[in-house]
Amino acid sequence: MSDSNTQASAYWKENLSIIVKIMVVWFIVSFGFGILLVDQLNAITIGGYKLGFWFAQQGSIYVFVVLIFYYAKKIEQLDEKYDVHED
Amino acid sequence: MDLQTLTYTVVGATFLLYIGIAIWARAGTTGEFYVAGKGIGPIQNGMATAADWMSAASFISMAGLIAYMGYGGSVFLMGWTGGYVLLALLLAPYLRKFGKFTVPEFIGDRYYGNSARIVAVICLIIASTTYVIGQMKGVGVAFSRFLETDYDTGLYIGMTIVFIYAVLGGMKGITYTQIAQYCVLIFAYTVPAVFISLQLTGNPIPQLGLGSAMADGSGTFMLDKLDLVIQDLGFGEYSEAKRLSTLNMFAYTMSLMVGTAGLPHVIIRFFTVPKVRDARTSAGWALIFIAILYTTAPAVGAMARLNLMETIQVGEVGSPEGNLLYEERPQWFKNWEQTGLLKFEDKNGDGRIQHYNDKNPEMAAKAAEFGWAGDEMVKVDRDIIVLANPEIANLPNWVIALVVAGGLAAALSTAAGLLLAIASSISHDLLKGILMPDISEKNELMASRVAMAGAIAVAGYLGLNPPGFAAGTVALAFGLAASSIFPALMMGIFSTKMNKEGAIAGMIAGISVTLFYVFQHKGIFFIPEWSYLESWGSNWFFGIEPNAFGFVGAIVNFVVAFAVDKVTDEPPQHIQQLVLDVRTPRGAADAVDH
Repeated sequence: MSDSNTQASAYWKENLSIIVKIMVVWFIVSFGFGILLVDQLNAITIGGYKLGFWFAQQGSIYVFVVLIFYYAKKIEQLDEKYDVHED
Repeated sequence: MDLQTLTYTVVGATFLLYIGIAIWARAGTTGEFYVAGKGIGPIQNGMATAADWMSAASFISMAGLIAYMGYGGSVFLMGWTGGYVLLALLLAPYLRKFGKFTVPEFIGDRYYGNSARIVAVICLIIASTTYVIGQMKGVGVAFSRFLETDYDTGLYIGMTIVFIYAVLGGMKGITYTQIAQYCVLIFAYTVPAVFISLQLTGNPIPQLGLGSAMADGSGTFMLDKLDLVIQDLGFGEYSEAKRLSTLNMFAYTMSLMVGTAGLPHVIIRFFTVPKVRDARTSAGWALIFIAILYTTAPAVGAMARLNLMETIQVGEVGSPEGNLLYEERPQWFKNWEQTGLLKFEDKNGDGRIQHYNDKNPEMAAKAAEFGWAGDEMVKVDRDIIVLANPEIANLPNWVIALVVAGGLAAALSTAAGLLLAIASSISHDLLKGILMPDISEKNELMASRVAMAGAIAVAGYLGLNPPGFAAGTVALAFGLAASSIFPALMMGIFSTKMNKEGAIAGMIAGISVTLFYVFQHKGIFFIPEWSYLESWGSNWFFGIEPNAFGFVGAIVNFVVAFAVDKVTDEPPQHIQQLVLDVRTPRGAADAVDH
């Protein structure tokens, strides 16, 4: 019982650390690049896009998609590792 | 075929398709009525979620708001997509593991008791109804243009159709219909965007066209040109104009993101996938399908704005021939005048249209020299931009007809999903769960249909006196969900010790401060005469507007919840065990059947 409990809390701890890392990226691309640092980044242009503007209206959305699938992959590996996956 | 006949044909054909699917997949049992059985795979579920999600606010309203807000409109783009990261990481898999029908059901079980469940039901109804009001505005706009009537008539007809549509279906019918609606709406949104991007920049991909040079051979970038054109008329620089302030944009975006993860009609979607694993990827698929529209929208907004300005300001600013003669206005202008959503007033009596920012003192001084007497486009409802866009760009009639059909699909699919969330919380949580546990399945279904009808009536009434643009009103709904439901769900999963007293106090405190701030600005129940404490001024809390206040509400919720939790008893042992159990995927049950 206690053994499975430590297993479960180790699984949860690793899960939390993955979540925190992804949330940091989530925050940086949207609130960081898209809002807080937008003026600084706008000094750089790529084609007709100012970089800060691009992150706010395009880039952050692409990153969000990648983040979700990255998490799904990571957590699936973790499920296997701790043998808590379905079926 | 003329435009009107063509529009009827295209809209009629898509409606037949939806109704056909709804009848074919009619819900037989209560289980199916709420969650469509568990047989829906992640890609299909993602697509249906996307249709559910992308409402009149996304389809009709958002690009129009961006067209006039420029960079400031980014709050909608990031806010309404970034929430899916929160959903996929923080809520969806755990709620699927828990495996119930509704959000209040989870809250009731996790916080052991009916009091938490009732508070959740009330918060959910407030947030969802506000959301439906925004949808109704969109429905009214789309139908008034489609049937060439005034806005009010359009709204009445739209309400009737939403009612028939949502009441017949239930979740099972809705899921399959929504897949069809997604296809219609995304096609309708991207086709004109591709055409317009080609016209303006020569690049067929709108996401790239927005960052490309103009196709007129000048070598000027589209965005730079737009900046110039609107700055010449006294508007703020398109690519840099902030929405009030950096802090306000931060709060607005956060409020929409957190609200996304707290809105019941989205969360409920993740109960319908077969496995916990599918709940995670399903959120990703949903976001891919959403991102197709959301990355196109900024291009649509910017290009529509440029086209609109150049239609009206045909020559140099200030030159006598520089503005379009009212007599020579294009057909789309006349069509929209008919709906009452576009209004022109010849203030200086020169028979020409001047559209500029008369609130900008520098520009007003210049305009006075030109003999202009104020902005003559006295009403340009932002909600018409997307629908008018293909007409402004002179695209073929079938594209225009398609966009109307897409707008209707978007409005209907979301309204139906929301009404279902409201109906299920009343019939399933309130009646069956608490008040009348012995209610028969048949009566429960009946009650939920009556609840839907009631919700449509309330939302329709308020849609006649809408508190703002569709997307703006919808944003309020997100603030309400962010300040009440999301924190309760998150603490319920990530803290084993959060107790019932804390969660209830948090929800009540969060939604109360948000409602207080919103109603103070917009009037109680959005009736403008009932606003209060006007002497405090607007946006008095650090310059944050009411639409963005959900962020503050959510913080209040968390703080109050933890404070109350500290001074009250721990939750019982079996609840703490339940939380631990929800955290691992193994052992997720199938749908809970009645």
